[in-house]
Amino acid sequence: MSALSRTASRTCCMSLKFIRPSSELRTNDGRSIRHVERFNGRSYSSTHVPQVPTWEPVPEDQLPPCTSIPPELVDKLERLALVDFRTKQGVACLEKAIQFADQLHVVDTCGTEPMDCVLEDRALYLRDDTVMDGNCAEQLLQLSQNTVEEYFVAPPGNIPLPKREERSAMLKHSEF
Amino acid sequence: MLSLTIKEVSLALREGRISPTELCKKCLNRIKKMHHLNAYITVTEETALQQAQQAEDRLQRGVPKGPLDGVPFAIKDNFCTANIKTTCASNMLKDYTPPFNATVVQKLLDQGGVLVGKTNLDEFAMGSGSIDGVFGPVKNPWSFAAPYRELTGASPDSDWVITGGSSGGSAAAVASLSSFLALGSDTGGSTRNPGALCGVVALKPTYGLLSRHGLIPLVNSMDVPGIMTRCVSDAAMVLDILKGHDIRDSTTVHSPSTSAEFPEDFDVQNIRVGIPKEYHAPGLSAQAAAQWSRVADLFERAGARVEQVSLPHTQFSIVCYYVLCCAEVASNMARFDGLEYGHRSETGHSTEVLYASTRHEGFNDVVRGRILCGNYFLLKKNYEHYFLKAQRVRRLIAEDFRRVFDAGVDVLLTPTTLTDAARYHDFKSENSQARSVQEDLFTQPVNLAGLPAVCVPTALSKRGLPIGLQLIGPAFQDKKLLGVARWLEQRVGFPSISDCEDSLESQDQTGEMKREFNTAV
Repeated sequence: MSALSRTASRTCCMSLKFIRPSSELRTNDGRSIRHVERFNGRSYSSTHVPQVPTWEPVPEDQLPPCTSIPPELVDKLERLALVDFRTKQGVACLEKAIQFADQLHVVDTCGTEPMDCVLEDRALYLRDDTVMDGNCAEQLLQLSQNTVEEYFVAPPGNIPLPKREERSAMLKHSEF
Repeated sequence: MLSLTIKEVSLALREGRISPTELCKKCLNRIKKMHHLNAYITVTEETALQQAQQAEDRLQRGVPKGPLDGVPFAIKDNFCTANIKTTCASNMLKDYTPPFNATVVQKLLDQGGVLVGKTNLDEFAMGSGSIDGVFGPVKNPWSFAAPYRELTGASPDSDWVITGGSSGGSAAAVASLSSFLALGSDTGGSTRNPGALCGVVALKPTYGLLSRHGLIPLVNSMDVPGIMTRCVSDAAMVLDILKGHDIRDSTTVHSPSTSAEFPEDFDVQNIRVGIPKEYHAPGLSAQAAAQWSRVADLFERAGARVEQVSLPHTQFSIVCYYVLCCAEVASNMARFDGLEYGHRSETGHSTEVLYASTRHEGFNDVVRGRILCGNYFLLKKNYEHYFLKAQRVRRLIAEDFRRVFDAGVDVLLTPTTLTDAARYHDFKSENSQARSVQEDLFTQPVNLAGLPAVCVPTALSKRGLPIGLQLIGPAFQDKKLLGVARWLEQRVGFPSISDCEDSLESQDQTGEMKREFNTAV
């Protein structure tokens, strides 16, 4: 890469206190480098820092077609996540996120194993499987808003969430 | 006194030039004065004064616990603090008071540190602006300092700039001189990003070096506690105090090889500095690029071997991060159901309705959005296509780094953010996903690979706002990395905000008056 081709392009003015004259330096391997540093409209230029972006966003035509989320899937996700999309905008956000994630498919990962954790090559410490602390049930129960004796209180279970329309009406009542 | 480093103020305390209670009161006053920044969610005035008094007794008896004895510090409000509210800036935990201390908090208290408050953040640390929490946005202290005012002619009420995030409150606390040290958390850049925008030193240690016990999790495989200080030596000292295996966090490692002493005068001659070319990304500002070049030149002139290197998968790192983050968030946030702790909805005819309405009321749009996306990526039919695919790309990213370090590169030098801090109104107009894509671009690859990285402030931009560069090192070489950072810090001459103190104070008075006026109305 040529030092000179990179020097001219970038100018900027910064309110800094550092003024250095242009200097001629030699790198370890003996190449000559011109440092162009002008103050007030000066440019810093290094032979090593690229002067222009080195990549571009993945063009849309390389991505799979946009995924649209059908109403049944919206319902399913809301039941699984136990949060609601609230508005159409919420669904649009998910569609956008999927399109963003689809860029991954440009990358060739053939023969590459998934990585769960960066400590995968270490033996992590396991302590003996014995009780070390505890006896703090009372302290923990105090954090709950509804307890009876030493139990957390939950409303009746095994009742599926109501249908989507009723759900929205229900949540509207609990607006904060 | 408030603009000193920890080392300096610790000496002042030992020599009796100031007492811990005086110092604590000064910090508490400073917090009040800087209230308009909204850096703190909870100010722990009473316990802070008690802790300061205890430190004072120890110092008077000549038996300080360590270099932090009597030194005020702040903690991001997603670390559990015993008997002190820990909110994550969310309605879900607005009234949650944990019964225990996070390990890293306990370690600071064991050293005699004085906890002055819990700092503001994006809800559950999901964000990069510190504007998405229920307690309102954090303002960057440099918005009120002379350089920004004079260079841009900005008005204090409408043109303030963001701190970055999600640990914006911690960064603002250290930058505005109300705390000598603050802990943040760093999942994708949440410590380094606000560190860069607020002009403080921000360290993301190697994954596994610091305990995560008591840090309310966002992404378990990437979260690390982050350290924010005014100088690199302070960060190194705090790292020494905090690191080490914790029986309560099985992902902390035993006796890592970083026990080497922190080199105060690191010799950069003959070290190899890599410039990853992919970090000149679309959107990198001319000024950030210029700083990058300037510092590369500094290293080269000092005799370091500076060379361009390639981390070919960098472009896809943010995508990989996004998918993995959503997936882990969906799983981690499942714990918030209203039964055992946190917010509980009044609406609850059945367990599922209680869960749904509690979570509807407790989470903001950003958190809900990520939970839904995560559930989508984790659906049986999508698991391989998105989740495992992202985990495979993660390995490629980690291998990119490994290849470069194995080839003999000692540190990588990169920008931390694309630009200096954005004005609140400009930042707010973009949606959260777009923001995160822009803001975490240079910071999250390090989290995917588990490496240490430190952001060092290098200059003020032509808008008078901080620009910071990032140094990245091989895993568990945090000390050497900090040695290089220290060398850099001593050569760039980044100005202290206290040099602009007059202006900061006067703007502050305006802020105070304005607030009183608002309250009166």
